Amino acid sequence: MSDLTLMLIKITFLGVLWLFVIMAVGVIRTDLLGPAKKKTKRSSRSEPRRSAASRAPRTPRGKRNEPRSLVVTKGPLTGTTLNLSSHPIVVGRAKDATLVINDDYASGRHARIFSDNGRWIVEDLGSTNGTYLGQQRLTRPQPITVGQPIRIGKTVLELRK
Amino acid sequence: MSEAPTALPPVKRRNAELVMTLVAIGITLFAMIEAGLTRNGEMPPSLFVYGILFGGLSVLAHFFIRFFAPWSDPLLLPLATLLNGLGLAMLWRLFEATGDTSGGSAMTQLILTAASMVVFAVIVYFLKEPRTLQRYPYIMAISAVLLLLLPLIPGLGMTINGARQWVNLGFTSLQPSEFAKIALVIFLAGYMVTKRDVLSLASKEVKIGPVKVLDLPRARDMAPMAVMWGFCIIVLVILMNDLGTSLLLFSTFLAMIYVATQRSSWIIIGLTAFFGACTALYPFVPHFRVRMITWLDAFRPDVYCTDEFLNDPESFCQTLGNSQQLVQGLFALAQGGLTGAGMGGGKPGNVPEVQNDFIFSAFGEELGLAGVMVMLMALALLAERGMRIALASKELFIKMFASGISFLLAFQTFVVIGGVTRVIPMTGATIPFVAKGGSALLSSWIMLALLMRMSNNARKPAPQAIQDEGATQVIQR
Repeated sequence: MSDLTLMLIKITFLGVLWLFVIMAVGVIRTDLLGPAKKKTKRSSRSEPRRSAASRAPRTPRGKRNEPRSLVVTKGPLTGTTLNLSSHPIVVGRAKDATLVINDDYASGRHARIFSDNGRWIVEDLGSTNGTYLGQQRLTRPQPITVGQPIRIGKTVLELRK
Repeated sequence: MSEAPTALPPVKRRNAELVMTLVAIGITLFAMIEAGLTRNGEMPPSLFVYGILFGGLSVLAHFFIRFFAPWSDPLLLPLATLLNGLGLAMLWRLFEATGDTSGGSAMTQLILTAASMVVFAVIVYFLKEPRTLQRYPYIMAISAVLLLLLPLIPGLGMTINGARQWVNLGFTSLQPSEFAKIALVIFLAGYMVTKRDVLSLASKEVKIGPVKVLDLPRARDMAPMAVMWGFCIIVLVILMNDLGTSLLLFSTFLAMIYVATQRSSWIIIGLTAFFGACTALYPFVPHFRVRMITWLDAFRPDVYCTDEFLNDPESFCQTLGNSQQLVQGLFALAQGGLTGAGMGGGKPGNVPEVQNDFIFSAFGEELGLAGVMVMLMALALLAERGMRIALASKELFIKMFASGISFLLAFQTFVVIGGVTRVIPMTGATIPFVAKGGSALLSSWIMLALLMRMSNNARKPAPQAIQDEGATQVIQR
């Protein structure tokens, strides 16, 4: 075997290795952008405009419903406002809770309110007297929207914009 | 915008998987041909056997998936095939092509690959719902501990290269720690699901002035970490000299507790405790000291063992151990440069025990940076896909399980390659799928089977009833 042939074989081999990587990138691309690539080839120019248009009606709706704060509307702490961040909020009587409520009917760590991809979810942490969403006692984590009352003992909380 | 990936309709991409698997098989055979032509000037005589066995089995595995786990991630199998095939080709080049099969052989590895693929298929077929494993966390914990302690039993355990991590079964030897880590991940996933709230919510804030430094967990919640830490330090490091497994298991524990609680204080406390213990033990465990010196002073003449120290019975390398493997591995990587010497063109035999951890330096020498990057990318992608499965699945247990396994794969790669490239001390672990060794190969394929099944269940479209609720909107594209 001449050195040149071996050299060519070597380069080809590395080329094939990278071909594999490119194919892998192709698969990942479909996962991120969706498989609608055949249409794009025909009308590639209109594609960005269309995707912008499809996104447009969704964005403001998301913003309108985005809660900014948690407000206590009933109970000893009425009027207290908590700004929402990505951290979960623990409500209870324990000193380390995010919102400490002095309520005889609340447990130490009573409930948790956290955000999951922009949706706010309330979860009962095994409290004695339960967490109520409207009239219903929570049995599992449930999404909440702005203005929906969450009752813990004598305290009522709700999300505000 | 963060919802965008889940809003897309799930895709199967099974044909892409088939094509990529075929390319991976092609790469394996190509590597063997290149090695054969370069070294011996002829096509490898056993190419046909390898092609039929390895290629056939990989394609069979693909059709098996197409049939029994059609929604699973299309990248997992091709990536595993590529890594396994590259390892196989490199072993063939190291042993069969040189005519010396005393240190190991690609044929043995091929048979082990076949056995591992069978186990892979069995797991994918029978473990329809990986969440059933959640029922047995403590059985898993006990079996993990037993597996880890197995090599300590006199008569059964074997010490190879200073680490007591082998079990002699008569006809073959096993490395039970490879399987213990999977059992441990299952246990941790199950445990974290039940204890997540306590571990993530109960805390005391530590403040310096007005600045919050970290959330300190309550002392009683530290118990699992203390147990894990004590086990890793006492059993693995002191009794078994198995620093690699110890590091791997403890960091997996930390990663999983972090995933479960999102609290960095666990990582800070855990790392402080682990490295504190290592520093405290440093003067008392001679094995530690040797590892550190061969790492930091690898190029010192008496550590490397140059000729003048060869006959000096008092020198470091004659009494304790030398850094030849590490230094020769670094030389091999440097020799490889950008494009390498081509399969079969280098001299990886200069590195002692090159078929185990240092197979990476053999790849570096023969494929160069360009080839090694492909290997690293394949390993990184494997871990990335695993994390994606964790993101895509809805159950907490599966989230924990998938992220634990992918962290394990990624960290194992880091420990080995970090050791070979002298970033961290050599610890002795194996690159998943690539390195020689049946236990490591089998455990890698088991992890792949678990990921495969989990991704199938996570990506499978939800049953129709849920879509009728009106909660999901179909957005015209």
